[in-house]
Amino acid sequence: MISQSLLKEFQAKVGADNVFSEDTDRLTYSYDAAVLEPVMPGLVVRPATGEALGQVVRLCNQNRIALTVRGAGTNLSGGTIPIAGGVVVVTNALNRIEEINEQDMYAVVQPGVVTAKLAAAVEAKGLFYPPDPGSQAVSTLGGNVAENAGGLRGLKYGVTRDYVMGLQFFDVDGEPIKTGSRTVKCATGYNLTGLMVGSEGTLGVFNKITLKLIPLPQDRKSMVAVFDEMGSASEAVAAIIASHVVPATLEIMDNFTIRAVEDYSHAGLPKEAAALLLIEVDGHPAQVADDAAKVETICRQMGAADIRVAKTAAERDKVWAARRTALSALAKLRPTLVLEDATVPRSRIPAMVKAIQAISDRYGLAIGTFGHAGDGNLHPTILTDRRDKAEWKKVEAAITDIFDQALALGGTLSGEHGTGIAKSCYLEKETSPATILYSRRLKAALDPNNILNPGKIIGG
Amino acid sequence: MASVKELARLMKKLEDQLVVCMRCGMCQAVCPVFAQTGREADVARGKLALLDGLLQEIFKDPQGVYERLNRCLLCGSCAANCPSGVSVMEIFLQARAILAGFMGLPPAKKAILRGMLAHPELFDHVMAWGAKFQKIFTREVNDVIGTSCARINSPLIGDRHFRGLAEKPFHRLLPELDTAPAKGRPRAAFFVGCLLDKFFPDIAQAVVEVLQAHAVGIFMPPGQACCGIPAVSAGDTQTFGKLVRHNLALFEAGRFDYLVTACATCTSTIRKVWPMMLREEAAALRARVEKMAAKTLDVNQFLVDEVGLLTRDRQKDGEPVAVTYHDPCHLKKSLGVAAQPRAVIAANPDYRLIEMPEADACCGMGGSFNLQYYELSAGIGRRKRDNIQASGAAIVATGCPACMLQISDVLSRTGDRVAVRHPVQLYAESLRSKP
Repeated sequence: MISQSLLKEFQAKVGADNVFSEDTDRLTYSYDAAVLEPVMPGLVVRPATGEALGQVVRLCNQNRIALTVRGAGTNLSGGTIPIAGGVVVVTNALNRIEEINEQDMYAVVQPGVVTAKLAAAVEAKGLFYPPDPGSQAVSTLGGNVAENAGGLRGLKYGVTRDYVMGLQFFDVDGEPIKTGSRTVKCATGYNLTGLMVGSEGTLGVFNKITLKLIPLPQDRKSMVAVFDEMGSASEAVAAIIASHVVPATLEIMDNFTIRAVEDYSHAGLPKEAAALLLIEVDGHPAQVADDAAKVETICRQMGAADIRVAKTAAERDKVWAARRTALSALAKLRPTLVLEDATVPRSRIPAMVKAIQAISDRYGLAIGTFGHAGDGNLHPTILTDRRDKAEWKKVEAAITDIFDQALALGGTLSGEHGTGIAKSCYLEKETSPATILYSRRLKAALDPNNILNPGKIIGG
Repeated sequence: MASVKELARLMKKLEDQLVVCMRCGMCQAVCPVFAQTGREADVARGKLALLDGLLQEIFKDPQGVYERLNRCLLCGSCAANCPSGVSVMEIFLQARAILAGFMGLPPAKKAILRGMLAHPELFDHVMAWGAKFQKIFTREVNDVIGTSCARINSPLIGDRHFRGLAEKPFHRLLPELDTAPAKGRPRAAFFVGCLLDKFFPDIAQAVVEVLQAHAVGIFMPPGQACCGIPAVSAGDTQTFGKLVRHNLALFEAGRFDYLVTACATCTSTIRKVWPMMLREEAAALRARVEKMAAKTLDVNQFLVDEVGLLTRDRQKDGEPVAVTYHDPCHLKKSLGVAAQPRAVIAANPDYRLIEMPEADACCGMGGSFNLQYYELSAGIGRRKRDNIQASGAAIVATGCPACMLQISDVLSRTGDRVAVRHPVQLYAESLRSKP
């Protein structure tokens, strides 16, 4: 319970309008987008200045109250589900883009800036911020950095980690820590930036983020390759990578997903196809033409029944609209949707696809598979109804099997959704007991009272 | 008050619809209220979680949930953007009905809805008195828009700039019509709606004029009642049911192929809310409602899709006047009608259609939302005003009289001289010329 006097202190720091203590308000910060049980926080605060944010962190530490930072609450691994009775710190009032520097190609933002808003703002200046997580229309950059979010362009452009040049964050005492720089190179101090990216709010609280920008590619070309077998489609992915062409995007969709998308959006996808590859190459026009021709040849060699190249911007939009509706289309089939993101080395995509199919058959579960095949990050999507306890048991078993398979193929539990609560108990399988211990010692040293989003990533 | 358990039992019927929400949070991108406040309880995901909380008997007192549920424009932006297709509108309207029934309607709402709106004749009388006396308390502030504001401090008006009640409501200017169509032309029933009748009789006049120009038969019975949206939004299903039955009986007496309205909200209410909220009624009534709903069309859609627009020569000299169009939520998000009103405007060669940024963003009116949460509503409206201004248009047109009231207020408050019109009014002007 948060005492009345402490409540008053929070109100004094952030303003009474930005403190929510009623149970009805608190309930709306008890969940995120992960399929996990909600947990009721004790208080919700929404600081409107960086200074207030730092004071909130200090106040929580002084009073030994757990603190969970929340952007848009779109987390898929439970990283923003609070601790019972703890404080949720909402960052969406810290939503200023402080600088877009065209000469030096970087941007400085507050943590609550929405990803798509920054992307649009820099694009208006001819620049490009590539990370594009599926929730970018609402997700915040603070959340993206805390989760090391990915997206469709990971293969060529990397993920959020590759764009964080520097951070200003608060340690658990509310003291400002500076790491990184606005310069392209920076070799001073520990690489705290690297430590903080993907730390899920367990080591500090972001106040300002400096992000690298790059020039917008001049040209792009999209195509859809149709395959009669899932195996040949996934082999085509491996072959494209092996030929050293790097498409900006290389997505796969299985038959289950194709049918769901087509029934839902009538985008003109071939419903009988076993698999589709959706491919975009970008860059200098000459290179785009070269790469597109190469990709086309490889797809044909690998047995593509048909290849459709988008000729206009409208056709291109249609290709990506179909991909973007995949999740919606699947979501409409059953009440609960479990979206996994286990990732394997790219050459192992064919094996992973086969394994997921076998898991689907073994448990009799509907699993749609789509995702970022080009970077090895598939999204096996299990459709179920959480209220059906017997089926839910099978879902949990299937998730464990998917993780085991990914690890057996030399992969990772999560490509882009983070560890959070959902995967913390599996982390040791991917790493080692010593890794967990090392991480816990680090956490204990930096957060001795264990108030910064406790229980996430490393449990405990 | 009945127990929380009893409330959970009543909420049970929404369970299957509530579980469809996967808490992805994409509604945050489009909710106009959330854009103002950043509060999760203001966005659909938060409200759905609260309703789920009632189902799980988490709250001792449902009052907090009731208040938060009402802080919503019912604009449907979330539903139109929802990846998992949650029936947000139906859930919210049903939940408002359950909660209002469980907790009792607030006395003021009860007096207005049950005492007045449910009795069309009495409603007309009261509004006629209002029209007579409004000039005493208000003064004109913007002649282009036609708005007034309070002369003296008034708690009801506040600092609103409002379109006054028309001196004579439409039903006094033209009480009824029943005309035959020309050969091969359809018959249209004209559902006038409260706002057209009492605030914008000139739009109703334009609708009749346009339908006549197209040689469409018109059935317009006297004694029309409200479509019921204010009642059902307040959770008053009793008044809503009464109004639906009244209108059904009235219109079923005539012969027509389409029921046409020039109000986005009336159209979407009859087409979607009537069948949605009367699902548990007897089969016979349901069949009647569904038949009426299937015939109901927005006037712009009717003109473009069913009869075809007429194009006339220009009547004015000089550059065509720039008109920008605001998409009412109840036309675009609820019914997918967006191209037709634009075509209606463009059919008059004296006007040139230009798009404003975010043309389909809600104006913030939301019926009684504007009365209950005026500051929030005005904040949303200011963004609309800035977008209208950015377009540089001299006229903003929109297919919904409720949006027109809100847009008039926000434009007038900043002293903008942009006229607010209905597409059919602009179209009617061109038809007044000789072919």
